Parts: sequence; C-alpha cells; structure tokens
Amino acid sequence: MTLYIFLTLAIVSVITALLMVFSRNPVHSVLFLILTFFAIAGQYVLLNAQFLAVVHIIVYAGAIMVLFLFVLMMLNLNSETEPQKSTMWKIMAAIAAGSLLLTLTGALRGSVQLATPVQSNPRVGLVENLGKVLFTDFVVPFEIAGILFLAAMVGAVLVGKKDLKL
Amino acid sequence: MEPSGYMPIVLQSLVALGFVALVLIVVPLLGPRRKSDKKNENFECGIEGQGNARMPVSIKYLMTAILFVLFDVEVIFFYPYAVNFREMGFNGFFAVLMFVGVFLLGFYYVLRKGAFEWDR
Repeated sequence: MTLYIFLTLAIVSVITALLMVFSRNPVHSVLFLILTFFAIAGQYVLLNAQFLAVVHIIVYAGAIMVLFLFVLMMLNLNSETEPQKSTMWKIMAAIAAGSLLLTLTGALRGSVQLATPVQSNPRVGLVENLGKVLFTDFVVPFEIAGILFLAAMVGAVLVGKKDLKL
Repeated sequence: MEPSGYMPIVLQSLVALGFVALVLIVVPLLGPRRKSDKKNENFECGIEGQGNARMPVSIKYLMTAILFVLFDVEVIFFYPYAVNFREMGFNGFFAVLMFVGVFLLGFYYVLRKGAFEWDR
C-alpha cells in the first residue's frame, strides 16, 4: 500500500516537474510547480513528517508561489519583448546543467544507503514531538535560523533599495 | 499517526475537490449562455480596457510579499512551541524570546528603511 502511494507520488512529482520546465507559459509553470509541491508534501507524510508536510503546503504552495507570481509580474513578459537566447547560450546552459547532473549522479552513486527509519515511531513528526526536540536538542540551530531570517530581511530590503529610493 | 488517521483529511480533500469539480460542471449546464462582444469583455462595468495585463509592476509588491513570507515562517515556529508551552517552562520561553527578538530587530530595520511606506 505504502509502496503504491510512494510510486504514485514520485511519478506525479517527476511528471509535474518536467511539465513545469517545458511549458511555454510561465504562469502554467508556476501551477505545475504547485502540483509538484503537493506531491512532495505527500512524500513527507509517508516519511512521518506530518508537521513538515503541512508547513510545506502552507509556506511553499501558499506563500512562495505568490512570490514567484510577483516575480513573473515584474518581468516584462510580452511575447514581442521575450528575450531570445542565442545558440551559444543554449550550449553553455546545457554544459553547465549536464555537469551538475554528472556531479549529482556521481555523488549519489558513491553514497551509502542509510537504513530508512520510516516505521520507527509514526508519531515522531507530529507537532508536539517536533516541538520538544526543536526547543531542547536543536535550540541552537533554531536561533541560527532566526539570524538567517534577519539576513534574508536585510537582503530583501537592500535589493529593493534602488527602486524604493531609501 | 496510524494510516487510518488520515481518513478525515482524505475525505475533506475529496469533498473540497469534488465540490469545485461539481460546480465547474453543473454551472455551465444550468446557467444561461449569452455570448456577445460586450459580455466577453474582461471588465464589463465602467472604463474600457486598455493595453494588456502583461506589464511590469512595482517592486514594492514583491518587497511586501517577501517580508510577509519571512514573518509567516516565524509564526509557523510558534506552533510547536504553543503545543509544548507548559512543559517547556522558562527554557523554551527564552529560546522563543530570543528568536522573536531577532525578528523584532529585523522588523525595526525594515521599518526604519521605509520598506512599508507605499507612497515614496
């Protein structure tokens, strides 16, 4: 049963990710990306990370998708102004992406398969257990995440500074 | 959680999706259909449409949205804390206080930089 759910989710996520890359309309790409996120959220549930799955849907499919849409709106996407990359650029992009794929494949081939602790404790990813671990054992990474958010805030303001005339 | 514990979630999703699909199917069948140039305009009340919708918008929208997402994620960290509020005692309280303090610092910075001032 779990295997079939996993296979369905995996196939759906791969297909929607490919559709996202290959669709010509950028808004359609965003919609396919939302479907990919939902499939990945399903994988989180299979891995007993229930809270993470819900947060994934709220933050990624909800908030970050809106950000992508805003970025699309900021770009001038009229068909006549659409930038046409030359063949040179396409070859360069293919080489760069190909070497990344090669690196990832090589790294994954040499890696050791860890034992999946899927069936250990099905309640481990619920919000209560996660909170206990987060605020005791992992409190330092939690605070560092806060500082990371501060950096993101400052970065966002600085990047938009030119337009805001601060 | 037991696999059967997901049944309410599955049912709710099915009801939500089913309602949307049902409405999308039934409404065109039941409603009257009148197609004319006036009816097919995007906004049929008031001013005539000009240009197209694909024009660049101000970065202020993106700025507000990014800052919203950051504070949104901050609030999500409150859920695990709120559930364990009593057990954590002061240790958890100070951890969260420090976290919120960092965010307040960032909020003060953002306010001082005027990222939320719309008219400038």
